[in-house]
Amino acid sequence: MGDGGGLRADLVLEYPFTRTTGPVIGAFLTGLREGVITGIRRSDGTVMVPPVEYDPVTSEPLTEIVEVAACGEVVSWTWVDPPRPQSPWDEPHGLALIMLDGTDTPLLHGVLVGSAAELWTGMRVEAVWRDERVGHICDLAGFAPEVPGAVA
Amino acid sequence: MSDPDVPPSALSGDVTLPAVLRDVEPVRSVRTPIRLEYSVTAGSAAEAYLRAYAEKRIVGHRSPVDGAVFIPPRGVDPRYGQETAEEVELAHTGHVGSFCVTHLPIPGRSDLVPPYVSAWIHLDGSAIGFLGLVAGCANEDVRIGMRVRAVWKPDGELGPTSESILHWEPTGEPDVPFERAGNRAWRAGGPDGRDGRQERGDA
Amino acid sequence: MRDVAVVATAQHQVAALTGTTEVQLMVPLLNAVRDAIGLTQADIGFTCSGSSDFLAGQAFSFVHTLDAVGSVPPISESHVEMDGAFALYEAWVKIQTGAADTALVYGYGKSSPGSLRDILALQLDPYHVAPLWPTADAVAALQARLLLESGVSGAGELAEIAVRSMRHAVGSPHAVRSSADVTVADVLAEAPVADPLRPSDIAAEADGGCAVVLAAGDLARGLCERPAWIRGIDHRIDAHGLGVRDLTRSPSAAAAAVRAGAGDDRLDFAELHGLYTSQEAILVRELDLDDDLLVNPSGGALAGNTTMAAGLMRIAEAAARISAGEGDRALAHATSGPCLQQNLVCVLEGE
Repeated sequence: MGDGGGLRADLVLEYPFTRTTGPVIGAFLTGLREGVITGIRRSDGTVMVPPVEYDPVTSEPLTEIVEVAACGEVVSWTWVDPPRPQSPWDEPHGLALIMLDGTDTPLLHGVLVGSAAELWTGMRVEAVWRDERVGHICDLAGFAPEVPGAVA
Repeated sequence: MSDPDVPPSALSGDVTLPAVLRDVEPVRSVRTPIRLEYSVTAGSAAEAYLRAYAEKRIVGHRSPVDGAVFIPPRGVDPRYGQETAEEVELAHTGHVGSFCVTHLPIPGRSDLVPPYVSAWIHLDGSAIGFLGLVAGCANEDVRIGMRVRAVWKPDGELGPTSESILHWEPTGEPDVPFERAGNRAWRAGGPDGRDGRQERGDA
Repeated sequence: MRDVAVVATAQHQVAALTGTTEVQLMVPLLNAVRDAIGLTQADIGFTCSGSSDFLAGQAFSFVHTLDAVGSVPPISESHVEMDGAFALYEAWVKIQTGAADTALVYGYGKSSPGSLRDILALQLDPYHVAPLWPTADAVAALQARLLLESGVSGAGELAEIAVRSMRHAVGSPHAVRSSADVTVADVLAEAPVADPLRPSDIAAEADGGCAVVLAAGDLARGLCERPAWIRGIDHRIDAHGLGVRDLTRSPSAAAAAVRAGAGDDRLDFAELHGLYTSQEAILVRELDLDDDLLVNPSGGALAGNTTMAAGLMRIAEAAARISAGEGDRALAHATSGPCLQQNLVCVLEGE
């Protein structure tokens, strides 16, 4: 089992997936296109973001889509440098679990700051929207530190 | 237990929406393309096979079990999981084991103009066929058992790739009889009767 | 229940295989396990493997790899796109049904042609998460930070886990990262690559493969001197969404350990498939392992992580030690999915 390894070739695989959403994920993505973030209410009154079709604990079908705040608090974070080739970001950025105000499960998304030193658990962030929105998770450009006093 | 004949409510579209989403066109699908980049190595067996093309040679591996020759060589006799290492140089002639006429273009292969013929080429001395293009005759004239030879690129354009062979063309020799063409001529064998040798009309 | 044992193991693991295909990797390993107990493929009742085509970008590569097994005459065969440990579970079930008395199980991975940490983003939610392409390390870092900032683990504890892995890996023939003299201070001095994870917190990526033969009852006793009996085996799964789980916990790991009977008797050692020091810290708690238990005598998956084989390698390491008389009862663990989502626990015992 010699392992010299000479001949090498580049190989690119592309999967041009278009996924159907169903009414629940579709509602979330419709919301993003319209510039609002939505969650889904569980039978105990708590709200999950993003919304899912079934309660991960009780398996109950969930149907009540609710609008939630576009701002919240960083629950956990890491720093991504260099940015990944297929990600929506071209610059080093934060990646965080963000608990939006009034919700009970955190959303994973980017945090648009210049260095890891500008990130901390508990920091307040608000959504940054793209101008062109199509109904995609990347309609959110990411989250930025909340400007005190401003309305998200 | 829910009734399996009734779709669960989350899939039935019976969701309630906040006011802001009630009168807008709902999103029903989303594009999530994936692109993955690799840098692949051939592995020792395939590397020797590919390098041989640059020298205008075609090589296979001989099975230590019964002498059957496999092309392309993968370093293993797939019947018995036994390592193969003996390289065998193969003839540049063989016959069509089976073929297919393609009428639809393949994206990214503008060099392949439909309709064209892909064939399972059974080289003289090889136990199994491998893929090649057949040209140099009308598509309608291609048939199982037809004798063919390799048409190589000019010497200066040869490289470590199977594309060094442009296509396979008819030799004009008498056909291999249908019942002795392709894999039909070769018994893959088994523990009771290991026989990988070929019976060839042309051998 | 039928008594089923691991009767032969073989593995090979290096940082990167360049001149060897998956088929060429597996031929000697499969022959080694069959030859060790004097069986041919015709004597094997069931063959089951674990691998993923995404790793090397080769569609249906698992079908190619069957060339290494030999399939004339036709064999009874199955495949999972999971770690080989889950293929072993399927084979164990097959033997339990009575449909087979022996099974050949293998798992392999050759991730070096691509970027594994990016490819693993594809196991995340395809609507909300995968399009953001978080790397496997970034997702694990979110878990590690929660663990550290909740006070469950300290940075020192994680560094100690890294040091222990590298020290145990010295002399381990399959480890790709080892060090006899690394210290906790050395690890803590490393700059984070996926904050708060440092290079030594992250399992060393590897290419490789592992093969195992299972046999039932007296057949196993006749095939090798000291079979490693599977006294319990179970796998459990947690919810997929990262946001709906407490990432500092792994309830599925705890449940699998209980159902496999891990705590029913004293353990001599454990082999854990933690891909990050933070995950190993979580596992030690969830599996309820004693503080003084020998964990990862081989260095564990941290010392060499062949994706799709590292879990089966844990079972193989544990079985080989038991068969060699270096322990009587051991726990082997395998994981799948992000942040310890799915966990398999196998309790092995010598007679």
